[in-house]
Amino acid sequence: MAFLTIDNLSKSYGETKALIDFSLEVEPAEIYALVGPDGAGKTTMIRILCGLLGPDKGATTIGGFDVGRSFDQIKPLLGYMPQQFSLYPDLSVEENLTFYAGLYGLTGQAYRDKRDYLYEFSNLAPFAKRRASALSGGMKQKLALSCALIHDPKILILDEPTTGVDPLSRRQFWEILLQLKSQGVAVLVSTPYMDEVARCDRACFIFGGRKLSEGKPEELAAQFEGSIYYFNSQPTAPLISDLNGIAGLSASRFGAGMHLYLKPGDQIDRYYDAIRAAGADTGEISPIKPGLEDRFIQLMEASR
Amino acid sequence: MSEPTNRSPESKCCAVEVDQLTRKFGDFTAVDAISLKVEYGEIFGFLGANGAGKTTAIRMLCGLLLPTSGGGKVAGFDVANQPEMIKKSIGYMSQKFSLYPDLTGLENLEFYGAAYGLSPERIKARIGQLTERLDLSGFLKELSGSLPIGWRQRLALAASLLHQPKILFLDEPTGGVDPVFRRRFWSILYELADEGVAIFVTTHYMDEAEYCGRVSIMHRGRIIEQGKPFELIKASGFDNLEEMFVSLIMEREAVRA
Repeated sequence: MAFLTIDNLSKSYGETKALIDFSLEVEPAEIYALVGPDGAGKTTMIRILCGLLGPDKGATTIGGFDVGRSFDQIKPLLGYMPQQFSLYPDLSVEENLTFYAGLYGLTGQAYRDKRDYLYEFSNLAPFAKRRASALSGGMKQKLALSCALIHDPKILILDEPTTGVDPLSRRQFWEILLQLKSQGVAVLVSTPYMDEVARCDRACFIFGGRKLSEGKPEELAAQFEGSIYYFNSQPTAPLISDLNGIAGLSASRFGAGMHLYLKPGDQIDRYYDAIRAAGADTGEISPIKPGLEDRFIQLMEASR
Repeated sequence: MSEPTNRSPESKCCAVEVDQLTRKFGDFTAVDAISLKVEYGEIFGFLGANGAGKTTAIRMLCGLLLPTSGGGKVAGFDVANQPEMIKKSIGYMSQKFSLYPDLTGLENLEFYGAAYGLSPERIKARIGQLTERLDLSGFLKELSGSLPIGWRQRLALAASLLHQPKILFLDEPTGGVDPVFRRRFWSILYELADEGVAIFVTTHYMDEAEYCGRVSIMHRGRIIEQGKPFELIKASGFDNLEEMFVSLIMEREAVRA
């Protein structure tokens, strides 16, 4: 049985349906990503899983315990890191850790061992005396993660953990998640960043409270319908408009060039003459492997 | 104080043109002799890890901080001697601080319009134009703090455009925004660039940096790489900018260690 199960979960706020018959499972040692726009239902789901909100219908279990009925048994199994930085800004790094350890009854040598272990993870030891409010974005996130890990949870739920964090700190943060995975911890993470989704074992695209698609990241990206080319030519507005006037072709600016989109089964060569006739210089056109973001946006557009 | 730089013939074409721009805080050199040229109509990505010196550099370019040495022009005004003129000529939007959460969208825009010294008639006209252009009408009456982040960001962009700046500085404009909103945001930026606005963007997300026409990567106060994303990626042999960026920075850090 999966470590976390969600079975036909529904939740409405008045007329607004936040979740509609939603089901998913996360196995031990699996990192699972929830990907969707604002208002898709991600935070509602996470709140239900953390016992902060009751569902209208459906069942959720963590470690075999029912979230609605046996939350006391779940608490020691669950680590949760909310979207907003939720530590005490006036306490130092170490004081925050001591405080959270105290909440879980971890004291004395057991606490000190755990603290040292988490410092090894986070490289926060040199900043132990620094107030949490004076940490950089990346260090704050690592401290919040350390606090969520203080009681050795078996599942970690993270709501957009790396917003505003620089690329190197983000990478370190994900290395910690991969280590946890190797120790058997299950991770459920919501994120708007496709490069992070690519590091997960599985992901689902969620929109309007429903699951649009689920699978391994490479499977999701491969579901893109059609093909994409990078056209390395000056992306002027008139040129883009002309290219979009060519039946079968769609173009949009991308960086210093353009992306050209073709429908499934179509060939780029049959458009070369029309592209030249549009007055474009003979910049190179090279195929691009569609990414998760391309597929995500395609699904969003189709469901509008 | 720096020497005023010579006005070269092409300096009129450039939104930003700085040479050997340097800022020290005591013994620490936050920005170490950077030289940059950004043209009107260009979208320029300013990348770097935390502490690389981006914020200090941007504060100098926005007229909020004077350089220790070096200099140049932003919007045609001298960064060392005319910071007040620069402040009036640019638009600035930051993800972190932009809107007052307890004011409605409309109130925020009215406040910013007044802060820029626009007349009430002008404020009204500009809010009307931007509401249509950025599709704001659905949420102008809501408290800004209660809006989803994607809408908040469009509102903040509108606030930074009220006085029709020719240069726009965007500091991590789309942090936490979902990809659909982000693409829409960028299509607005492309439109502005087509109208000749120079756009200067910082971001932590390398997939987003690939939307820029040109990017620079800063490390320990210096610009260590600069060019078109597509060409930088190609020359580096990596699949994308993220891989290239991380390996570049790690390499540099390893050399130091």
